[in-house]
Amino acid sequence: MLESEYQEQNRFFLNMGPQHPSTHGVLLIVLEMNGEYVLDPQPVLGFIHRMHEKMGESRPCPGFMPNTGRMDYVCALPYNHGYVSLIERKAGIEVPERAEYIRVITSELNRIASHLLWLGAYLLDLGAFTPILYGFDDREHILDILESVTGSRLTYSYYRFGGVCQDIDEKFVERTRAFIKRLRKRYGIYEKLVTKNIIFIKRTENIGIVSPDMALRYGMTGPNLRGSGISYDIRKNEPYSVYPEFDFEVPVGRQGDCLDRYMVRVREIEQCLRIIEQALDRLPEGPIRSKVPKNIKLSPGDCNFAVEAARGELSYYLIGDGTSTPYRLKVRVPSYSNLSCLPELGRGILLPDLVSILGSFDLVIPEIDR
Amino acid sequence: MKQYFSELFTGGMSLVEGLGVTMKALFMPIVTVQYPREEIDISPSFRGHIDLILDPEKNSYRCITCGMCEKNCPSNCITVKGEKLEGQKKKSLVLFDLDFTKCSLCGTCVEICPVNALEYSKEYNLAAFSREAFHYDILKRLEERIK
Repeated sequence: MLESEYQEQNRFFLNMGPQHPSTHGVLLIVLEMNGEYVLDPQPVLGFIHRMHEKMGESRPCPGFMPNTGRMDYVCALPYNHGYVSLIERKAGIEVPERAEYIRVITSELNRIASHLLWLGAYLLDLGAFTPILYGFDDREHILDILESVTGSRLTYSYYRFGGVCQDIDEKFVERTRAFIKRLRKRYGIYEKLVTKNIIFIKRTENIGIVSPDMALRYGMTGPNLRGSGISYDIRKNEPYSVYPEFDFEVPVGRQGDCLDRYMVRVREIEQCLRIIEQALDRLPEGPIRSKVPKNIKLSPGDCNFAVEAARGELSYYLIGDGTSTPYRLKVRVPSYSNLSCLPELGRGILLPDLVSILGSFDLVIPEIDR
Repeated sequence: MKQYFSELFTGGMSLVEGLGVTMKALFMPIVTVQYPREEIDISPSFRGHIDLILDPEKNSYRCITCGMCEKNCPSNCITVKGEKLEGQKKKSLVLFDLDFTKCSLCGTCVEICPVNALEYSKEYNLAAFSREAFHYDILKRLEERIK
């Protein structure tokens, strides 16, 4: 038998998902395999499509608020932030400075929570069970802090047009400061447990290298793009809210492998802490909500607003027609673009490496399907 | 050859260091709560399903049956009905139904209420065998509290 014929006979298809633990949700990847090697991975989307955009177009604009958090339940506050800022830009609503500071503090806390959850889940994909428990321990503190001010633990709907719905108090500031101190002390644990671990390094170093060119071609954003060495962060490049007032860095990776994407996220946690610290120091007094017309009219014309969510650039696009219901609402989510490079990246690699790559992208499937 | 062994050694040491972290955790205070046997206090701002506020002055609800909550609910899960009973000037509440299966706990109804008649309940142990069990008659719940 010829070698090529033998190869042809050994080809088979493997369905990874929609119930596979490493896809973190209902994502199906149809793999064309040859033995242990992946020849062609093709993601199949749409299992958890909930027509969020259509819902946004079928009700007055305040009614879409709870939906935004449910698109990405791991990091809901930046999603709320993007939507309220969009309507504020469209309707010309002023936001008090204190409200903007509160938004930044809570959003950054949420970003840390998202990165900690990702860290645990990624290592769980790679076969290490312990780090997720440490990650959850720290994340629980953030959720407690956020619950004390927003009233819920995951899908917050905390922001309102023209401000936030509840003021933060001394106790919140105190708890947040205590948490910052605590998390800084825990860096050592994560370093010993994960970053230095030889098995972890072997599973991530030089695996799934996304070149800067490839990252740009697929429109990747967030830590995945920064891992490839391109310094692009909406908070720096297209600043919104009060972000220009804070001093923070944008960590970038060197070559764009899984290890770089990991390191970027871990270093980003420290930058988030820095932003929160500065915001707490400068927290101004004043009202938390400005006066907003009862019936917000969306003037004809389009409007766009982009924020940096934990996974990358989240952008809302709205077309108004003079009523309070948007004529068109489009949500550009980061994970969709991040996932789209998988067929090119996953060609000819080992199956365990594919799991490692998928995990390192930090995908949230409800966000992709919407 | 030398490099191979040095890598083996540093790699092995990194595993031992990691194990050291877990060993340390063995002697740290327990952070998990054995839920059904132990419970933690809920945060005062916890958002459960809505409830009517009991007005201590009137010993009754404050609702004026304006229907603002019903109109503004993004999920259409509230039904309010008011009727003019004999001998009364204002409408009184005859039905306040919450379909909790649809509710997304956004808090619009509580915020929009002109007379501040709604609050969040603190119930979180919610489980039932039928969908109908989550159609809460909030007025009935208030009447039970008055008794």
